[in-house]
Amino acid sequence: MRNPLSDKVVAIQPSGIRKFFDIVSEMKDAISLGVGEPDFDTPWKIREEGIYALEKGRTFYTSNSGLKELREEICNYLKRKYQLDYTFDQVLVTVGGSEGIDAALRAMINPGDEVIIPQPCYVSYLPCAVLADAKPVIINLKEENEFKLTAKELLDAITDKTKLLILPFPNNPTGAIMNRTELEEIAKVIIEKDIFVISDEIYSELTYKDHHVSIASLPGMKERTIVINGFSKAFAMTGWRLGYAVGPKEILTQMTKIHQFAIMCAPTNSQFAAVEALRECDTEVEKMVEAYDQRRRFLMNAFKEMGLDCFEPFGAFYVFPSIKKFGMTSDEFATRLLREEKVAVVPGTAFGDCGEGFLRISYAYSIENLKVALERMERFIKRLEAEKKN
Amino acid sequence: MEMREKILASLEQNGRIELKELAVRLGIEEAALANEVAAMEKENIICGYNTIINWDKTSKETVTALIEVKVTPQRGHGFDALARHIYNYPEVSALYLMSGGFDFTVIIEGKSMKEVALFVSSKLAVIDGVTSTATHFVLKKYKSYGVVLEKDKNDERMLVTP
Repeated sequence: MRNPLSDKVVAIQPSGIRKFFDIVSEMKDAISLGVGEPDFDTPWKIREEGIYALEKGRTFYTSNSGLKELREEICNYLKRKYQLDYTFDQVLVTVGGSEGIDAALRAMINPGDEVIIPQPCYVSYLPCAVLADAKPVIINLKEENEFKLTAKELLDAITDKTKLLILPFPNNPTGAIMNRTELEEIAKVIIEKDIFVISDEIYSELTYKDHHVSIASLPGMKERTIVINGFSKAFAMTGWRLGYAVGPKEILTQMTKIHQFAIMCAPTNSQFAAVEALRECDTEVEKMVEAYDQRRRFLMNAFKEMGLDCFEPFGAFYVFPSIKKFGMTSDEFATRLLREEKVAVVPGTAFGDCGEGFLRISYAYSIENLKVALERMERFIKRLEAEKKN
Repeated sequence: MEMREKILASLEQNGRIELKELAVRLGIEEAALANEVAAMEKENIICGYNTIINWDKTSKETVTALIEVKVTPQRGHGFDALARHIYNYPEVSALYLMSGGFDFTVIIEGKSMKEVALFVSSKLAVIDGVTSTATHFVLKKYKSYGVVLEKDKNDERMLVTP
């Protein structure tokens, strides 16, 4: 029989998270700090709207781009929250933010184009870029810069083949955010070098210091940016699989083609529920953000007390402590922590090689859960320190 | 939210939270938090600390009733004097002045329906100014003070996700 597989796909490494997931799921009574989704249920108002849509028999396709009503609400929301000006025909409703990233890359890349990916970052950028026939160019973000992207790092990575930059802030896994001034520096380079940006802003609601600034709101950037956002993190709607992309119409038109032939349309039920999310749920979001913020401070304080070094992150729901002083790889540390204390965290290397020496710890858990996990971590660290002395 | 509101929201959810922990969570000094709480206790913003109990799970027999009371307000005192008269009974666990078809909601905790009925007929209904009462017994409490009493939900998320 002939080889049934695509070499390109076979060459792609499975996600490092997957490997870890397999170990964890064999373990009984492991406590996990490893999830990348909110612990809150979707606010009841939104769920109720989804149920109502089902009751009404709204089980048909929507237009490829999504319900017009939803796309209009997305525009209102982006205007209200991030001073972004788009019209409904510049919105593509996607199956989660991930589909938007994939479609944007495929719509913009010609074979051999270079895509700049700052790491550590979410696991799909690199494989999606490869699948789109791009050549990924990695920037290793640095802890001393609080894992922000600097203009210098960007400039150094740009060649005459560079087509676009993926800008992932607030960041999964580091929790880093970028403020207006820092984005302005990046925007200057983008414009000067005439490249484009896919800005993944899925965690835009979850910031704890400055409000999120979208790079597309800076002068001259709207025409060269695709903004990816969605409902998963802000409204605790991961399982509804709903995101969206906004940007210049000429790019959106091509993205819509890909979406049209691959997906048809995002789940109709989710779309109806999402209208309610954008219209009525500011208070619910505010409450969730306050809860995350309290847990974030709680974790940072606990790490300080147990002697785990960590820069203070102000976004998403992750902290990214350094374990370098224990003389182990992230993988070794995480594996031992799991085996000895049954606490699951994700090794930083799952998000890029430069995540070596770090762990991603999620605070999408109740304080009660965090307390139990932290107790175990503290015990583990004390043991490591004792080992080191002997 | 301003800081006082945040403190109150936290204490409303968990009155037993340690001030040290709460201070960390809110990002303020423990001493400052303690002062603020003490001040709010003094100002009667914080009026007490309760425990939410699902008595149905204990062997103690209790019954809760919600009584709609219509009254004739008194000259010079409005509803307040009558309210005082009613809330002074230890059986009354809550008393609210209402808008709409009746005047007071009186919440009574008693040992039995009979005891509650007796209280209504011999104490409440005969107060000067009370013109009528309607007693509703609580059959089951699902949610109290924002807490769902029967917990049936586990964390069903996958243990590790990107």
